[in-house]
Amino acid sequence: MEDLILAGDEKLAEIKANQEKWLEERQKIKDRPDKFETVSGMSVNDLYTPLDLKDFDYQKDLGFPGQYPYTRGVQPNMYRGRLWTMRQFAGFGTAKDSNQRYKYLLAKGQTGLSVAFDMPTIMGYDSDHPRSLGEVGRVGVAIDSLQDMETLFSGIPLDKISTSMTINAPAAILWAMYIATGEKQGVRSEQLTGTIQNDLLKEYIAQKSWIFPPEPSLRIITNIFEYACRHVPLWNTISISGYHIREAGSTAVQELAFTLADGFAYVEAGIKAGLNVDDFAPRLSFFFNAHMDFFEEIAKYRAARRIWARHMKEKHGTKNPRSLMLRFHTQTAGCSLTAQQPENNIIRTAFEGLSAVMGGTQSLHTNSMDEVLALPSEKAVEIALRTQQIIAHETGIANVIDPLAGSYFVEALTNKMEEEAEKYFAEIERRGGVLACIEQNFFQQEIADAAYSYQRNIDAKDRIMVGVNEFVNPDEKIEMDLLKIDPQVEKEQVAQIQKLRRERDNLKVNETLDALRRAFQDSENVIPYILDCVRAYATEGEIIQVGREVFGEYREKPVF
Amino acid sequence: MAKVRVLMAKPGLDGHDRGVKVVARALRDAGMEVVYTGLHQTPEEIVEAAIQEDVDVVGLSILSGAHMTIIPRVNELLKENGAADIAVIGGGTIPEEDVLALKEGGWAKEIFTPGTPLETIVEWINSHLKTENN
Repeated sequence: MEDLILAGDEKLAEIKANQEKWLEERQKIKDRPDKFETVSGMSVNDLYTPLDLKDFDYQKDLGFPGQYPYTRGVQPNMYRGRLWTMRQFAGFGTAKDSNQRYKYLLAKGQTGLSVAFDMPTIMGYDSDHPRSLGEVGRVGVAIDSLQDMETLFSGIPLDKISTSMTINAPAAILWAMYIATGEKQGVRSEQLTGTIQNDLLKEYIAQKSWIFPPEPSLRIITNIFEYACRHVPLWNTISISGYHIREAGSTAVQELAFTLADGFAYVEAGIKAGLNVDDFAPRLSFFFNAHMDFFEEIAKYRAARRIWARHMKEKHGTKNPRSLMLRFHTQTAGCSLTAQQPENNIIRTAFEGLSAVMGGTQSLHTNSMDEVLALPSEKAVEIALRTQQIIAHETGIANVIDPLAGSYFVEALTNKMEEEAEKYFAEIERRGGVLACIEQNFFQQEIADAAYSYQRNIDAKDRIMVGVNEFVNPDEKIEMDLLKIDPQVEKEQVAQIQKLRRERDNLKVNETLDALRRAFQDSENVIPYILDCVRAYATEGEIIQVGREVFGEYREKPVF
Repeated sequence: MAKVRVLMAKPGLDGHDRGVKVVARALRDAGMEVVYTGLHQTPEEIVEAAIQEDVDVVGLSILSGAHMTIIPRVNELLKENGAADIAVIGGGTIPEEDVLALKEGGWAKEIFTPGTPLETIVEWINSHLKTENN
């Protein structure tokens, strides 16, 4: 039987002849004066046909779900087995405030937790550090020591839920606190499930929350890979993130290419550190953005799985099928939301969430409509979660695996994304690899250029954003109850850490910090030492400070 | 006429520099001299740079929610250092209520929130400096 997508040569000639006839007619009709391109500025044709997929090979390019090259998804039955994890990112104020929000989310049917930390925690400063002034508990929860982590998960059994922690430079410390909290609850580290973001490369590239220079950062990351293999085998040790690259203004292709390039760099770092690729690669996970251009996003996720599988098989010779599977979390695009007519953000988020699901995501965060104004309120979070539940239970989309496969457009776009990403991989290699590209500001400049051109397009109305540059409501008065962080949070947190410093066994703290310093200077795996510090209630800032003294701090040469 | 000099600064701990870089580039394209501090600057570092670079305007980009602490602090330090003539403007995710408070308190001459066209910022700086110089 003839393949329904793949026509034979004779058929193709016939289609070609008909296409020419159609074109003749079609060109007589005037189009709108708009540009016809994706949100990333990639031009698209008006129509796709078998002629756009001449070399398409079903087995080679798609295969079956749960099979190489995983274009159609990583599980054989996808959402018929289990729906994606609905995981709303949350955290604010003190550990006690966030603990209450988590219990609220779990009661509403959320299936996993996702912890947002405040800026001092992300940057490795304790709440009472001068640089933390005004920032404690603002954009996430403040965690200074194991004590705070115990409060954060009080009444939430760590063997029953999975937790994602958005933490990078100090990831090893927060992870150690989580493991130690498990110990206090009587949960073994082997039972813990969850993810730490732990992706420093994208910090240098896009999000800019770094502490140490790249080399020691990579070493700590590979230490985490190694420790997890032995003691926390169910943990996702890294979430290689395109999300922030996209939020910083990149195109979809740049997000795809830079993220996977980072992924390959971590694989190479792990191998260089002496690890067996099939021991750690199965625990690598990814994190992508879901922006507004529906088909471009779906093509991006499909291309990502195929590229990862092909490279891991062909370049790194992995044997374990799990090493070939690109599993990912998705968050809808914060940068696509508008402060104007914020209720419209509900609709934007719904379309974005839909693309993530049709692209086969393993978990999803849908943004709340008010996130462009402040941290989300409870009402807004509930609507965002309900959006996912509607996608899951009312639209029918979860019934069929990879439902857009075979669309001439989606397959052509998936191929195009792969080709463009490969061009970037070649360029990165030519420049000496990911670290060299960071040093040369290559990624940073590419992203800044894309961000600037995007903004210029909006200002020139070449791109319409509803409520911003068109369909504006000039008398708009935004009436929304925003979440406010009480300045009292900072005072409480400062008082608490100072009390901890008085009451803990400071001799023990200093001993563990000294041992950690030696491990940093040496080539030993640092995780057991960090665990000892944490168990002795050394603070995050104290532990990071040891690292700052040994490794120094990273400085970028800013470009715009 | 001398070129307008602007210091674009990123105070605080957050690293979201998309906005600050886009604005810096737009101001440069509009013919201004732009100095960008880079990330994670303290108010003290920003004020020192503003005075050293002899700028007319300081633009503070804040997306971490710390604007009510940082913007007034930069303003006070400018005054203390005899540089109160430098106009402080801000941008980022700053709720309307705080925008009003910052302007009424005299801490910021203007705050540009998400969705502001780049041209609006360029025009604001030009017309503000014109009024000041007259």
